Amino acid sequence: MALYSEKVMDHFTHPRNVGSLPDANGIGEVGNARCGDIMKIYLKIENDIIVDVKFETFGCGSAIASSSMATEMIKGKPVDQALELTNQAIAEALDGLPAHKLHCSVLAEEAIRAAIDDYNKRSGKTPETPVIKG
Amino acid sequence: MEENGKRIYLDHAATTGMSKRAVEAMLPFLTEEYGNPSSLHTVGQKAKEALEGAREELANLLGATAKELTFTSGGSEADNQALRTAAAWGKRKGKTHIVSTAFEHHAVLHTLEQLGREGFAVTLLDVHENGLVTAEEVRAAIRPDTCLVSVMYANNEIGTVQPIAEIGKVCREAGVLFHTDAVQAAGHLPIDVQAQNIDLLCISAHKFHGPKGVGLLYCRKGIPLATLVEGGAQERGKRAGTENVAGVVSMAAALREAVDGMERNAASVGRLRDRLIDGLSRIPHSALNGDRTSRLPGNVSFCFEGIEGESLLLLLDQKGICASSGSACTSGSLDPSHVLLAIGRPHEVAHGSLRLTLDAENTDEEVDEVLRWVPWAVEKLRGMSPVWKELEAGEKQFLL
Repeated sequence: MALYSEKVMDHFTHPRNVGSLPDANGIGEVGNARCGDIMKIYLKIENDIIVDVKFETFGCGSAIASSSMATEMIKGKPVDQALELTNQAIAEALDGLPAHKLHCSVLAEEAIRAAIDDYNKRSGKTPETPVIKG
Repeated sequence: MEENGKRIYLDHAATTGMSKRAVEAMLPFLTEEYGNPSSLHTVGQKAKEALEGAREELANLLGATAKELTFTSGGSEADNQALRTAAAWGKRKGKTHIVSTAFEHHAVLHTLEQLGREGFAVTLLDVHENGLVTAEEVRAAIRPDTCLVSVMYANNEIGTVQPIAEIGKVCREAGVLFHTDAVQAAGHLPIDVQAQNIDLLCISAHKFHGPKGVGLLYCRKGIPLATLVEGGAQERGKRAGTENVAGVVSMAAALREAVDGMERNAASVGRLRDRLIDGLSRIPHSALNGDRTSRLPGNVSFCFEGIEGESLLLLLDQKGICASSGSACTSGSLDPSHVLLAIGRPHEVAHGSLRLTLDAENTDEEVDEVLRWVPWAVEKLRGMSPVWKELEAGEKQFLL
């Protein structure tokens, strides 16, 4: 039995949407290097749609895979749908994470929220409904 | 996860495969000669003979006498029993201070923490950036109420080799017991408990091509052994439980083989180690952990800035390279290895560590492969690391 699912290994080995966006209008960074995990999400939002997304991650295999999967799940989606993405959904999409790695999916969820917060701040918007965490 | 079925095993400090001789030595005692050494009949007495023969052989290899050896389930149990023995010895004399180091194995550190809760005072010596303590530092730390000094012979993560004989001399002069966890040293470095003035020493068979689940504690004659496992009269009543005859016989064969080949292997393995160290040092913003010369022949330990160790291990595993790391993600906690923190590596650097531990079975071709794939993996991970990006952009100072 392997530590990670094939999905996790696929996203870790071939991460989707790696890099940065020079014209991002929402950037979120969570975690800290002391604890061994940093995730940075770049969003390009047009008409409340996430038209492009990139990530940079310093962290373990599941942190990289969670970032990759999360960016895939929100690309092309309306902002309010992206805000509904939960860490459970990310972990499920990866066919599960080991219990001690679930925080990696939480980090991905938080990074997306932080990037959208940043977009809202920049564009002078405040979210209409408060976000309820799953 | 292996490409082309190739496997490059560079995790010999974690465990080794059994040697042919060690397997052959144990087989009869798993099948035909399965007797219990406590049994009076011929089958039992044959097992007893084999057990005592192995004890003799191991004693010879360590410079001890057979009666001074107690067989255990491995290094951790032996370390626990050694520290409990010294603590009980000290308590009877009213001495409740222990000197050790900050980068001991957890089998020692956690037992010391427990002894701390039981009223002992523990001084953990700094191991400095080079991962070494000196006999002088040990001497300076010894107090009138010190009962024990516990310093590991060789470190399991960074491979640094302590001046054991000098520390032993200091302890003997001060009338303090000296314990050394020699789990990483046995079979790789010379051990002579007499010449090195060692009072308590622990080894584990699977680190030198013996089986898992068996080790031993050497306890100098005259020091009453504390008991961890109560029960029958095995091991002079100091460690109950039917003896692991096959394991012990195999451990003796494995140590004999390792000691016989020690000099030859140290030279050949040391050469591969030096090739790896030289090659990996070329990776920018990397650093060797631990002293370059006073280290185990097979240990290579590096930190690479801007990346995390677990993802490095996963990438290497995909290339068939089995390595290890002291990152938090491999330890199951938020903190990286206490050993790397003890030598002063900051958290963010310690997360990016890689340990490669070689053995006589490794080859130059394997070293070539490692020197090809480690730089590739480090670069790949740095390419997606926001930490690395900040460092490169000059927004943060490089630490290495």
